[in-house]
Amino acid sequence: MPLDELINNALMQIEQANDLATLDTVRVEFLGKKGQLTGLLKSLGSLPVEEKKSQGQKINEGKRTLQAALEGKLFALETAAIDEKLKSEAIDVTLPGRGQLDGGLHPVTRTIRRITSIFGQLGFSVAEGPEVESEYYNFEALNMPEHHPARAMHDTFYFEDRRVLRTHTSSVQIRFMENNPPPVRIISPGRVYRCDSDMTHTPMFHQVEGLLVDTDIAFSDLMGHLEMFLKLFFDQDGVDIRFRPSYFPFTEPSTEVDIRMPDGPNAGKWLEVLGAGMVHPKVFNSVGYSTEEFTGYAFGMGVERLAMLRYGVSDLRSFFENDLRFLRQFNEAI
Amino acid sequence: MKFSEQWLREWVNVDIGSEELLEQLTLLGLEVDDYTSAGGDFEGVVIGEITAAEQHPDADRLQVCKVDDGTGEQHNVVCGAPNARVGIKIPFARVGAVLPGGFKIKKAKLRGVESFGMLCSAKELDLSEEADGLHELPLDAPAGVAINEYLNLDDHIIDIDLTPNRGDCLNLRGIAREISTRNSTAMIEPMVGPAKAAHQDTFPVEIAADSCCARFCGRVIRGIDASATTPLWMVEKLRRCGIRSISPSVDVTNYVMLEMGQPMHAFDLAKLEGGIKVRLANPGEKLKLLDGREVELQTDTTVIADHSKAVAIAGIMGGDETGVTPTTTDILLEAALFMPLGIAGRPRRYNAYTDSAQRFERGVDSELQPFGMERATKLLVDIVGGDVGPIFETRNEAYQRSFEPVSLSRARLDRFLGVAVPDDKVADIFDRLGIEATKTDDGWQAISPSWRWDIAIEEDLIEEVARLYGYNNIPRTNPAWVPLVTSSSEAELPSNTLPQLLIDRGYQEAVCYSFVDGRQSGFAPDLEALALANPISEDLGEMRHTLWLGLCDVMQSNINRQQSDVKIFECGLKFVSEGSDLKQVKMISGLVTGNKSADYWGGPAVAADFYDVKADVEALLAAASGNEFVIEKGEHPALHPGITATIKTAGKVVGWVGSLHPKLQKTLDLSQVPIVFEIEMAALEQVRVPVYTEVSKFPSVRRDLAVTVDKEIPFSAIQECVDRHASELVREVRLLDIYTGKGITVGLKSVALGLILQDFSSTLGDNEIETAMSRILDGLVKDLGATLRT
Repeated sequence: MPLDELINNALMQIEQANDLATLDTVRVEFLGKKGQLTGLLKSLGSLPVEEKKSQGQKINEGKRTLQAALEGKLFALETAAIDEKLKSEAIDVTLPGRGQLDGGLHPVTRTIRRITSIFGQLGFSVAEGPEVESEYYNFEALNMPEHHPARAMHDTFYFEDRRVLRTHTSSVQIRFMENNPPPVRIISPGRVYRCDSDMTHTPMFHQVEGLLVDTDIAFSDLMGHLEMFLKLFFDQDGVDIRFRPSYFPFTEPSTEVDIRMPDGPNAGKWLEVLGAGMVHPKVFNSVGYSTEEFTGYAFGMGVERLAMLRYGVSDLRSFFENDLRFLRQFNEAI
Repeated sequence: MKFSEQWLREWVNVDIGSEELLEQLTLLGLEVDDYTSAGGDFEGVVIGEITAAEQHPDADRLQVCKVDDGTGEQHNVVCGAPNARVGIKIPFARVGAVLPGGFKIKKAKLRGVESFGMLCSAKELDLSEEADGLHELPLDAPAGVAINEYLNLDDHIIDIDLTPNRGDCLNLRGIAREISTRNSTAMIEPMVGPAKAAHQDTFPVEIAADSCCARFCGRVIRGIDASATTPLWMVEKLRRCGIRSISPSVDVTNYVMLEMGQPMHAFDLAKLEGGIKVRLANPGEKLKLLDGREVELQTDTTVIADHSKAVAIAGIMGGDETGVTPTTTDILLEAALFMPLGIAGRPRRYNAYTDSAQRFERGVDSELQPFGMERATKLLVDIVGGDVGPIFETRNEAYQRSFEPVSLSRARLDRFLGVAVPDDKVADIFDRLGIEATKTDDGWQAISPSWRWDIAIEEDLIEEVARLYGYNNIPRTNPAWVPLVTSSSEAELPSNTLPQLLIDRGYQEAVCYSFVDGRQSGFAPDLEALALANPISEDLGEMRHTLWLGLCDVMQSNINRQQSDVKIFECGLKFVSEGSDLKQVKMISGLVTGNKSADYWGGPAVAADFYDVKADVEALLAAASGNEFVIEKGEHPALHPGITATIKTAGKVVGWVGSLHPKLQKTLDLSQVPIVFEIEMAALEQVRVPVYTEVSKFPSVRRDLAVTVDKEIPFSAIQECVDRHASELVREVRLLDIYTGKGITVGLKSVALGLILQDFSSTLGDNEIETAMSRILDGLVKDLGATLRT
């Protein structure tokens, strides 16, 4: 067969090859060890030198043409094969991911975390204490002797042996100071109990108590820290804050703190958010701190109250119903 | 304390609007709780006079009245009130009037008789909570004048929430004093001179030294007119302070108490025998109180007695027998000072938390008694007449208030407040508050006024300065201080880690009440629960000794709301009584029921089982790597006997995981089986601090080993056996498969293990591997009777 015809024939077969196997057969048939073109090259040996040279050039040219065609076809086939594979592997990426888990913190814990994290930056560490408490730690050491009118206002739960369910986390103050010399910077979150239950009271709720004792702590520092805290907690520089004189047996002077939001559902209304004051000298006396050397402030805030204002929860009782549809609304990361 | 704004302004005429007045009160520490209109919201109601009243022709209970409304016109009005009669003056709502609640008065026909308007009761006008007929006005009330105008209803009721230290503000005078101090405006005190004595009769009074009475002022008034009625202006003022009019003598004592803060009492003199003895109650002594109850008195309670019996609980409530009645002619008026410590606690005990008790408990102005007596005398005689005797007074010298001077140092004031209030400002504040202050070298010496009971130490004075200076005028500062870095060892597990770990595994945190009901005994029949002495209800009657009951209830309530896949946890204390010792143990507890994850498009939903929850438990234990834990088969009364594991560390049980016992599930009426766990938090506080060991550079090999063993041998025993016999070349043992069934003798199970072996110094050769493997196999054969599967 003349070379031109052979090359054309081969090119046609390459062109017609529709898969890699056929293409390889074509390659072997023409360019393999026993292929037709290889055969032609081998047969050159019997030709005279001049003819051998010119014929050889032609054959090699033809071989290069075939090789280029083969490579081109190979690339095309491989690309097509990959495309085909990709197409067959395609999935619906809009289907939901597998094994999605939906968990989260209770809004009360979430709120406590935020409070402790803000005060943590000021160097306050968390202190905890028992919930079944003696009257001494819950009342007496906090300057609330028996028959103190403020004590009657606490609606205390009692046990037969006169122990109580702590009515505030202020009891932790005393326990901490008994065991640690000043300076003190603690924050004490936890459950507290009052014998009261209606639309706006649950018999159990949460408080965060703060205590700062050092050589020169002033009332103005208390106000500075609380104002900073409230602005951070509500993420709102524009919140108005006012301090009202109040009374707690364990602080003097005492204050209650109101906030007023510039916008939102409570805009323009003064809302009480916490109570605070300078630690009463009798409290220092009960733990053996020098009232000359040290001064300090203490504050207490209701966690549910802050959570309600922050997240717009309207019914206090919903915190303790543990309806998953309620709880899941607070699952965003903090 | 509720009071009328008008009344306050009679005492201190400040030129400020209501809004500012309220804000001033609040910022003085007298927090305004409520501000409401003093009268009903109505219009078109005037004073009318009934000029005729005839029986309705067609209805027994109705009368047809003619009413004169001052215009000269007689209006026909059908009325059902029993007290409707000719001659009385009453509120008359004309046709077109609007009553509270927007109720419009129209012409109407009642049983065939036309009625033009309505005659009103106090309740219908929102002037009283209740009423038993028409609101009868004084006979001299001018017909035609609008009721709002006549009753001066253009007034508001201010309700302030007083803190227990401010007993001095439980009266108009005290509140006015604060407002006058705040605005530097003089107070307008009523002119009260000594009443002219018409006779010299007194009544003997003795005070026992151990009673809580410091001072007793009395006065005899003879020949009063018991039929007199309290004037309308006084009834209205009392009403606006939340007190109902009863009789002139009671009304006047209440009036003086509201106005000045002096609780008083009027006795029927004829019923007192011999004289007054103020003393402690005798053991077993009884007294019938004004409200009709008979109480047994306790011996720490001071009583007012005559020579034969107790006639009042001092400062708390009068007795029934000696009170003033419509037939009383001679009275003994009492204005006494009882000391707070002798009152405190008693009102609650006798369930008699009266206005008087509240005031004495907080402290009544110790100089007020004669003044209060004069004021009451004047008011009372104006109503009921009578001949006034002199005031007589007895004091208990053993029990008088002392007014020790309190020092305030200039330096401490500045240091405490963080602002320097100038000397003259401080002096001015003290002066206006009635605090008698003298300047000393380094500050002031101050004496409390007689009406304050809360100024005893330096800090109390500091508070007064701050209060009047204005809390909100004090700057906000930050203390200059050294950092106080909280210690946090790397070996301590941060407290947020474990909850976060569960959340990441799909748990929702729950917060349940710490008190539960008796159902919890099913979780631990041998434990005695710690019961509350005064629970709020029976179902919150005892402290929980397990968190599982709360979680089970949360599970069921969510199932009831179509949330049947529940995965929850709680952190909190459980309360375990051990004899007289109470352990308050912090727990982390969880509950899982339903499907592991929501219905999945790629296959059927799979129910969560023990091993899912165990994986969560293992994750917690792995996080707390500072301790080594063992999970083994256990027994727990609340858990399924075949699906219960205990969690131990150092031989001590620190937790449980298992499936709730079917019996308990039935008792608790749970519609799904919960798998629960609990671990003591104290066991989970330590983390192993990482210690690096060299990684081997030589390749590892894996050899698998399958044996059959007795089906009852737990995997933990197999693992322990392998660990015991494994040489140091064995890096890891993996459980590949557990199989029973075809090909395995009944009573046996096949266990397939994958072992990873590796050396540090060389590539392992076949001999070394074979030796290690056969040591393990031999161990299994010898210790557990295993057979190699081939």
